[in-house]
Amino acid sequence: MHAPTGRDLRLDFFRGIALWLIFLDHIPSNLVAWGTIRNYGFSDATEIFVFVSGYTAAFVYGKEMRERGFIIAGAHILRRAWQIYVAHVFLFAIYLAEISYVATSFENPLYAEEMNILDFLKQPDVTIVQALLLKFKPSNMDVLPLYIILLLLFPPILWLLQFRSSLALGASVLLYVLTWHFNWNMPSYPSGHWYFNPFAWQLLFVFGAWCALGGAQRLSRVSQSPVTVSIAAAYLLFAFVISLTWYLPGMSQYVPHWLEELIYPIDKVNLDVLRFAHFLALAVLTVRFVPRDWPLLKSWWAWPPIVCGQHSLEIFCLGVFLSFAAHFAMVEVSTAVWVQFVASGVGIVVMVAVAGLLGWYKRAEERSPGSRRRKTPDADLAGGEA
Amino acid sequence: MKTPVAAALAGLSAALLALAGTVAAEGQRCEVPDYLLFGNNELKHVTEAVKKDRRLTIAVVGTGSSILAGPDGPLSAYPARLEEALKRRLPSVAVKVVTLVRTRMSAEDLARGMAKWLVDEKPDLVIWQTGTVDAIRRIEPDDFRAALEEGVETLHKGGADVILMNMQYSPRTDIMIAPGPYADNMRVVAQQHEVPLFDRLAIMRHWSETGAFDLYAAGKDNVLAHRVHDCIGRSIASMIIDAAHLRSVDPKAGQ
Repeated sequence: MHAPTGRDLRLDFFRGIALWLIFLDHIPSNLVAWGTIRNYGFSDATEIFVFVSGYTAAFVYGKEMRERGFIIAGAHILRRAWQIYVAHVFLFAIYLAEISYVATSFENPLYAEEMNILDFLKQPDVTIVQALLLKFKPSNMDVLPLYIILLLLFPPILWLLQFRSSLALGASVLLYVLTWHFNWNMPSYPSGHWYFNPFAWQLLFVFGAWCALGGAQRLSRVSQSPVTVSIAAAYLLFAFVISLTWYLPGMSQYVPHWLEELIYPIDKVNLDVLRFAHFLALAVLTVRFVPRDWPLLKSWWAWPPIVCGQHSLEIFCLGVFLSFAAHFAMVEVSTAVWVQFVASGVGIVVMVAVAGLLGWYKRAEERSPGSRRRKTPDADLAGGEA
Repeated sequence: MKTPVAAALAGLSAALLALAGTVAAEGQRCEVPDYLLFGNNELKHVTEAVKKDRRLTIAVVGTGSSILAGPDGPLSAYPARLEEALKRRLPSVAVKVVTLVRTRMSAEDLARGMAKWLVDEKPDLVIWQTGTVDAIRRIEPDDFRAALEEGVETLHKGGADVILMNMQYSPRTDIMIAPGPYADNMRVVAQQHEVPLFDRLAIMRHWSETGAFDLYAAGKDNVLAHRVHDCIGRSIASMIIDAAHLRSVDPKAGQ
């Protein structure tokens, strides 16, 4: 019933690509970001990241739960959540450094209003505590808190997925529906709610986990039928045409009014059904056209995304930091197109290099005598992370 | 082009005259592509007020980015520049632009005041500038959208036309303030309620990309802010004249 043993390199490959895209999308006014998938449809790299994270979490911790029991696997999942929390706080410190620099070095009467973003520096007692409580989240720093909540709730979900997988998936869908119906979300500081509503986004995470624990195989007859593949392709084309109207305003007059009423707004906060369906369509086509034993996955040029995907937490954090740095370079040096390309390219090279270095550390530690790391799959199974 | 500008400003101080010189020269450089400025949504009350009464009262409702600091701020901010541009292009119409600026107010705060401002000022057109405060406070996009709809509906019921104006393009801060969801919601509300959207974000980004203005510049100097506001004021004038189908003098002067 369970997925074939051995890690599916496609997951690492696409998670690595998603991490690159998230990095590129996080650099404001970056021309290179025009190439990322969010401009060609409803969903973006976040969906890929959350789905693959759910898939790998179930793959790694599910195996451990079967072999070593609920308590041990649960404890490891919680430790992982703690690591992500620490990473988030580290990123917050970097954000504080950047914003404080802007506060003291940038003064332009045109932007007096925008400088109100610095108001929160006036009461660090409140702001920093709210940040530690995951209620104050600066922009671009919403994904990790979502990940933390998803992992905190994961042990019982994983347990249920092992024994009653359909029931677990059904409960997840029910929570998603109820969330939409009752507008559930977690509160934020100073106002509003979480940008990635965990009660809605859990659907993608649990769905990924469900797929990892045999669901994908059970679905494969449906998901790979020619009918499904053509529907998916048609839907992607539809989303592409709609997304064109966002950038070519002249085209929006061809979108009928009733259709606009129906599809807008496409809600990212609560993982709009259109976004979820768009991700599913992408996944169906990917599984159809990229086989598990795709030779390119083993070739040298697939290595950069794969190695990034295998160290996703570190590379995600690095990506957020690098997007700050790239923005800084563009502001301070030049915004010429070549600077944007260089900053984007250098960022990705740094991500790959650091991921390679992390892989080297890991291998070195595994080789060292007396190492017991193999037994703690928090981060390493077949070279990858949950 | 310089002559009417100079004539209109003849009564003002020498300092302002000097500024008008730079503004006229600058005018050539801050062009806005038609697709950013002209759409299908009409301003029917404005058409009527101008044709029937030969007068036009506009209220600018907004936050901090609708004003400029300093002694010459009020005359240099875009509402005053808009009034100036409209008076020049519609010489036979009594144009009045009033500003109702409340700093640090979200769309919801502003929407709540709409009914009262309508009674006080009786504008034919309300230019509602919003989004920045909401983006800074990261207000729930759904709540933001609901407030926009409420405000636009109040204004329509009160018999005023509406132009929505979104946030400024601010490249230095846009890694900290994410305008995306707020700009998207403003576009959707504008489409659904058939009101023109003055896409300040896209227009200023266009100016930045074409090199018309260096919006990355830092410094306390007011010159950049004055020039940008002048261009915004004249661009809105063009938008109003187009959307209300008004006949104007020197149609290209406002762009």
